Amino acid sequence: MELFFNPFDNLLCILLGISFTVWFTLLLVFIIVPAIFGVSFGIRRLYMKTLLKVFEWATLRIERGAKEKNHHLYKPYSNAIIAKEPTSLEEEIKEIRRSGSNKDLDSAPEFEMSDIFYFARRGVESIMDDEVTKRFSAEELESWNLLTRSNYNFHYISLRLTVLWGLGLLIRYGFLLPLRVTLAFTGVGLLVFLTSVIGLLPNGRMKNFLSEKVHLMCYRICVRALTAIITYHDSENKPKNGGLCVANHTSPIDVIILASDGCYAMVGQIHGGLMGVIQKSMVKACPHIWFERSEVKDRHLVAKRLSDHVEDKSKLPILIFPEGTCINNTSVMMFKKGSFEIGATVYPVAIKYDPRFGDAFWNSSKFGMVNYLLRMMSSWAIVCSVWYLPPMSREEGEDAVQFANRVKAAIARQGGLVDLLWDGGLKRAKVKDTFKEEQQKLYSKMLVGTQEDRSRS
Amino acid sequence: MGSRASTLLREEEIEEIKKETGFSHSQITRLYSRFTSLDKGENGTLSREDFQRIPELAINPLGDRIINAFFPEGEDQVNFRGFMRTLAHFRPIEDNEKNKNSSASEPLNSRTNKLLFAFRLYDLDRDDKISRDELLQVLEKVDVEQKMSIRFLH
Repeated sequence: MELFFNPFDNLLCILLGISFTVWFTLLLVFIIVPAIFGVSFGIRRLYMKTLLKVFEWATLRIERGAKEKNHHLYKPYSNAIIAKEPTSLEEEIKEIRRSGSNKDLDSAPEFEMSDIFYFARRGVESIMDDEVTKRFSAEELESWNLLTRSNYNFHYISLRLTVLWGLGLLIRYGFLLPLRVTLAFTGVGLLVFLTSVIGLLPNGRMKNFLSEKVHLMCYRICVRALTAIITYHDSENKPKNGGLCVANHTSPIDVIILASDGCYAMVGQIHGGLMGVIQKSMVKACPHIWFERSEVKDRHLVAKRLSDHVEDKSKLPILIFPEGTCINNTSVMMFKKGSFEIGATVYPVAIKYDPRFGDAFWNSSKFGMVNYLLRMMSSWAIVCSVWYLPPMSREEGEDAVQFANRVKAAIARQGGLVDLLWDGGLKRAKVKDTFKEEQQKLYSKMLVGTQEDRSRS
Repeated sequence: MGSRASTLLREEEIEEIKKETGFSHSQITRLYSRFTSLDKGENGTLSREDFQRIPELAINPLGDRIINAFFPEGEDQVNFRGFMRTLAHFRPIEDNEKNKNSSASEPLNSRTNKLLFAFRLYDLDRDDKISRDELLQVLEKVDVEQKMSIRFLH
C-alpha cells in the first residue's frame, strides 16, 4: 500500500511545485515588473473591451426574455422620475394668488389659504425624488454587468445567460480574486518594508528620490491588485510642491489611484491595526500629516500643520478630500472650507468612475472596509478617468466658502457630476434647524413685503 | 443578493395598486424602488424618521404636517400601499378622466381629493373644520388640478 502511494505523492508534489512556479513567474513578468517600471502591456484594456461586448449581449438577452414573458422590465433611470418646476417660492406664490383673486395684487390679504399648495407639492416632490439621499447609495446601471449585486430583473435570465453568469462567477472568485489578493499583500508588504528601510537613510535628495520611487512602485502594484484601468487627462496640470491637491471623494481607492501617478503627502487620522502600521512606516520615508484622534477636532491645529507643510517647498503637495465623506460619484457635495483658508495654490482633480465594471462607491453604513475591499476585488475591474484641472488661487474679495464653491463647480463640470450645495455630512446627521428657519424667513419676508408695499401706496 | 431583488413587487400587487391609484407600471416600480431606499430598517414599512431623513423635506415649513398625512390615525408605520395611496393625490388628472361622472368611486387624484389633502394639512386636530368662507374662496378660483399635481417623466 505504501509503495503505491509514494510515487503518486511525489508526482502530486512535483505538479504543485511546477504550477506554483509558473504562477509566480507569470505574476512577476506580467504584473509586478511592469508595475516597477510604470509600463503596461495593454492586457487590461483588451479585457475591458471584451467585457463591454459581453455586457451588451447580456442586457439584450434580458430584454428579450422580458418581452417573451410579456412583462415590463424594471429600467433604472439615472435621471429623475418626476419633472420639478424650477420656479422659486416667490414666483409660485404670486402665480397662485394671481389666479385666485380678482382684486388688485397690492390689496391682496397677507396670507392666503392657497399658499399651502406650493409647500405641499414641494414636500411631496421631495418624498418622491430628492437630490440628497440618492447620493449615498450606489448608482443604478442601465445595462447588466453580470454581477448579482446590480441585477434587478433576475427572473428574466435565460439558460445561456445563467451559464455565462456562472462562468463569470468562477472567473471572478476562482481566478481574479486570489490573484488580486496576492498582489495586494505583495504591494502593501513591500510598501511597509521598503519605506521602513528608506527611513534609515539620512534626510536628503537620495532619500526623497528613493522614497518617490518606492511609493510609486507599491501603489502601481496595488492598482493592478484592483485591476484598475485609469486614464489620466491633462497631466501638465499635475500638482506641484507647496500646493494643495483637492479631489472629489468616492472611496478609499481614490488615494491609490492618485498616488500611483504622482507623489503626495497624505492627511488623515492615525488608525490602529494594519492601517496604523502602514501609516507609521510611510511617514518614515517622507513627511505625511497624520493626526491623533484628539487633534482632529482642533481646527486651528489642523490648519497650522497644513500651512506649515505647504510653506516648505521641498515637501510634497498635500492630498485632501474636502467633502469629508464618500459620495456615490454622481455628484459633488459641499466642500469643507478649512483647507481653502490656508492660502495655498489649489490643484483640483476630478475623478469619475465607470460603474459598469464595478461600482467603487463605499457605502460605509452598509459595508465595512474588509467587505468593501472583497467586493472591489471580486468585481470585473475598476475603470475611471482622472482629470487634472489647472491650478486655482483665492481671488481678492473672495472668502474661503466662495473659493471652495468655485473649485467644486470646476470639478463637477469636468467630471460631469451634479454640483450640490448640500453637506455630505447629511449621510448620517440631520439637517440643521437653521436651514428650515431660512425657508420660513423667506416666506415671511414675502408676506411682510406685500404689507410694506401697501403702506407705501 | 441585492436586497431589492428579494423583495420585488409581485405582478398582482402592481395591478392592484394600478387600479387603486392610477399610476402606470413603470411609475409604480420606480416609486417602489424609492420606497425601499427610504426604508433604512428594511422591514417593508416607513416610519416618521425615514421621512425626516430627507433634507429637502426637513427644511420645508410644512414638512411635519405632510409627513403626518401619510400616517393614518394613531399609526406609526406606513406600508407601500398606504404610501402610494397618499402619493396618488398628486397624480396629474388626465384628459380621459376629466369627464367621468361621479357614479364610479372617486379617483384618488380628483380635484376634491386634492383639496381634501390640502385641507387636512390645515386641519391638525382632524375634526374636519376650518373656516368656511376662506375655503370657498380657494375652491372657486385657484387651478387646483395644476397646482396640486406632480408631472412624471416616464
